[in-house]
Amino acid sequence: MSTSAIILAVLAIAIAAYALARRKAAGIAAAETGKLHSMPSYHGAYGLFWAALPALLALCAWLILSPILATQDMRSLYPDDLGPQLSAFPGVADDMTRAIAEGIRRMPDAVRATVHQMPIAELSPLLAGLGVPVASAAQDWMIPAALQRIAFDDWSRLAMTIVVIGLALAGAAFALSRIRLRLTARNRVEAVIRSFLVLASTIAVLTTAGIVFSMLFEAMEFFHMVPITDFLFGTVWDPRFAAAGTNASGQFGLVPLLAGTLYIAFVAMLVAVPIGLFAAVYMAEYANNRVRSVVKPLLEVLAGIPTIVYGFFALITVGPFLRDISADINGLLTGTYGSFIQAQSILTAGLVMGIMLIPFVSSLSDDIITAVPRSLRDGSLGLGATRSETVKRVILPAALPGIVSALLLTMSRAIGETMIVVLAAGIAANITINPFEAMTTVTVKIVSQLTGDLDFTSPQSLVAFALGLTLFAITLILNVVALYIVRKYREQYD
Amino acid sequence: MMENVSFASTGAHARPVDLPVKMHGRKVEVFYGQKQALHGVDLEIPERQVTALIGPSGCGKSTFLRCLNRMNDTVEGARVVGDITLDGEDIYNKNIDVVELRARVGMVFQKPNPFPKSIFENVAYGPKIHGLAKNKAHLREIVETSLKRAGLFEEVKDRLDEPGTGLSGGQQQRLCIARAIAVSPEVILMDEPCSALDPIATATVEELIDELKQNYTIVIVTHSMQQAARVSQRTAMFHLGRIVEVGPTEKMFSNPDDKRTQDYITGRFG
Ligand SMILES: Nc1ncnc2c1ncn2[C@@H]1O[C@H](COP(=O)(O)OP(=O)(O)O)[C@@H](O)[C@H]1O
Ligand SMILES: [Mg+2]
Repeated sequence: MSTSAIILAVLAIAIAAYALARRKAAGIAAAETGKLHSMPSYHGAYGLFWAALPALLALCAWLILSPILATQDMRSLYPDDLGPQLSAFPGVADDMTRAIAEGIRRMPDAVRATVHQMPIAELSPLLAGLGVPVASAAQDWMIPAALQRIAFDDWSRLAMTIVVIGLALAGAAFALSRIRLRLTARNRVEAVIRSFLVLASTIAVLTTAGIVFSMLFEAMEFFHMVPITDFLFGTVWDPRFAAAGTNASGQFGLVPLLAGTLYIAFVAMLVAVPIGLFAAVYMAEYANNRVRSVVKPLLEVLAGIPTIVYGFFALITVGPFLRDISADINGLLTGTYGSFIQAQSILTAGLVMGIMLIPFVSSLSDDIITAVPRSLRDGSLGLGATRSETVKRVILPAALPGIVSALLLTMSRAIGETMIVVLAAGIAANITINPFEAMTTVTVKIVSQLTGDLDFTSPQSLVAFALGLTLFAITLILNVVALYIVRKYREQYD
Repeated sequence: MMENVSFASTGAHARPVDLPVKMHGRKVEVFYGQKQALHGVDLEIPERQVTALIGPSGCGKSTFLRCLNRMNDTVEGARVVGDITLDGEDIYNKNIDVVELRARVGMVFQKPNPFPKSIFENVAYGPKIHGLAKNKAHLREIVETSLKRAGLFEEVKDRLDEPGTGLSGGQQQRLCIARAIAVSPEVILMDEPCSALDPIATATVEELIDELKQNYTIVIVTHSMQQAARVSQRTAMFHLGRIVEVGPTEKMFSNPDDKRTQDYITGRFG
C-alpha cells in the first residue's frame, strides 16, 4: 500500500473508533446508574487518539528508518574498492544504485527477470529509455545491489502496512475495551492536546535554531578562508568574482556595507518616525471614530504593499525625480544644469524605505498610545490641561517605553529590508557621508553574492552566510533590547 | 455676582441660614448620541458645602457631575443642553475658556489615577501647566501646601521623588486630591472617590473631605448612604436621569418626601 493509502486507512479506523467509543460511552451512561466522568464525545476522542496516534508515530519512524537500513543493506553488496571516482563519495554510489533500482521497478516483468544477468553497459540504455538517466560512472556491481534494494523496500513496505494498520486496529480495540463510567477520558484528551501544542512550539523553536546553526556553520567555513578580523574591520569590499578559483581571494570588508545599511536605515527612520508617530497621536487622541474608521484601514493597506513595489517606485519615480529636481536647483543656483543627486542614492532608498515604514510605526504606536488608560487622560484634562499638553506630558511619557521598543522593531525591519535597497541604493560599496551618493547595504550584497553561478566552497558565496549572520545578530540585539524595555515597564499602569 | 437662595426646605428641619450659590444647573439635558441620559435636571450647589449626589447606578450622577466642569466635552458624541453657571456665569457660553474652567472646577475620579510620575511631579503638574508658580521654591511650596491640605504630606515627605503609582490606594486617592487642590480650584468634583478604597482609607478620605469644605465647594457622587450622611450637608437623589428630591442631608435621611428616596436609602432598591 502506498503511504497515503495507509494514512487514509488509519484515519478511517480512527474515525470509526471515535464513533464506536462515543456510542459505547453513551450506552453505558444510559444503562448504568451514576454519571459518566467525561462526556461521550471525550470518550470518542480518546478512541480516536488511541487508534491514530501510535499508528501514525510508527509510520513516521518507519519512513525515517527504513531508507537508512535499506542503504546499509545495499552497501553490504558493494565491492571493497568502489573504484577511482567513487571511493571518495560512497554517497554518490548510493544515489546511482537507487536510481538504477528505480529504473528497474519501471520495467515490464519479463525484462526485469533478465536484469541480473546484464552488464551495466546494456542496462543503462534500457533505463534511459524508461526516463531514468544513469551516469556513465555506473558499475556492474550496482545491479545486484539495486535488486537487493528493491527486495528490501518491498519487504519493508509490506511489513509497514501490516504493522501500522495492525497498530491502529489494536489501539482502537484497546481504547474501546477501556471505556467505562469512570474513565477519565476528558483529562487524557487534555494531555494529548497539550502534547500537540508542545510539539508545535518545539517545531517552531527547532527550525529557528536549525537556521541559525546552519548559518553559523557555513559562516565558520568562510572564516577559515578569510580571518574574522578582516571581515569585521575591513574597509574594502572587493570580493573579485573574476578571481574565484585562483589564489587571489579578494577582500571582504564589512564596514562599507554596514555603514550603508545603518545610514539608509537612519534616513528611513528620520522620515518614518516623526510622520508615523504624529499620525498615531492624531489618530489616537484627536481623530473621531469616523475618521479613524476610514484612515486605519487605509494605513493597513499601505502596510500590505509588497516591498518590491516600493522598490520600483523608488527606482522609476523617486530616484529620477530627485535627480532631475537637483539638476534644476543646481541650474538655478549656478547656471550649470548638472544633477548632484544620483538616481540611486542613500536619499532615494532612505526616503522610500521611510515611507514604507510609516504605517508600521504608526500602527504600532497607535496601539501603544491607545493602551494608555483613559483615566490618565481624564486626570490631565480634568486639571485643565489641553489635549496637546496631555499628550506631551502624560500620554507620551507613559507610552515611551512601548514607543521606544516599537522604534527598535522598526529599526530592525529597516536594517533587514532588501528589495527597496536592491533597486534604489546601488551596488557600489562606498563609504561616504554624502546622502546624495550611492551606497550599498549588507542585504544587497547578500543578494548579489548569491545570484549567478554558485560555488559553496568559495569565499565569494560563503560570505553571504557571514553577512546573514551579522544581520541576524544586529536585529536579534535590537529585538532583545526592545523586549527587555517592554517587560521592564509593563507593570507601570497599576 | 452671587445669588442668594434659601436652601431652607419646608418642614421641621429647615435651615435658618441663606447660603450663596456657587454653581447652578437649570434644565440640564445630556444626550449620548441618540440616548438621553439626563432629562432636565435643576440643581443649586451651595458654596463651601458638601453636596452629595445619590441614586441607583446608571441614573446620571456621573453625567451631571461631568457637566459641571465640561468633562463631557471629551466624550465623543455627548451633547449638553440647558445652562449651568459658575458664580452666575454660564460655563457653556462659547467665550468660556474650558481649560480655565477646569482649573476652577477640579475633579477627583472613582479610581485613583496618579500619573506615572513622581509624587512631586504629580502635584506640580497643574501649577506647571497653568504657570502658577513664580519659581522653583514657590512650586515646592505649592506642592507641600497641597499635600498638607490633602493630609498626605507627613506620609510622603521623605519620598517625594518616588513614583506616585507606588503608593497605597488610599494614599493615591489623596494624592489625586492634592493634585486637584494644587491649582487652587473653587469647586472640587468627586465621583465615588472611595469606591476603590478599603474602609480605613475611606475614613481618612471622608475626614479630609470634611476639612476641605472650609475652603472649597464640594460635590460628591457616592454609592454609600452612610457616606452621604457622614460627609454631606445637602443631598440630591437622582433617578432615571431626573432629580426626584433634594434637600438638607439630615432631612433626606430622616424624613424624605419622596417614596423612591425612602426606598433607596432604606436599601429597597439600588
Ligand atoms: N460615554 C457614554 N456613552 C454612552 N452612554 C453613556 C456614557 N456614559 C454614561 N452613559 C449612559 O448614561 C447613563 C447615565 O450614566 P452615569 O452618569 O454614568 O450613571 P451613574 O454615574 O449614575 O451610575 C447610563 O445609562 C449610561 O449607560
Ligand atoms: Mg457613575
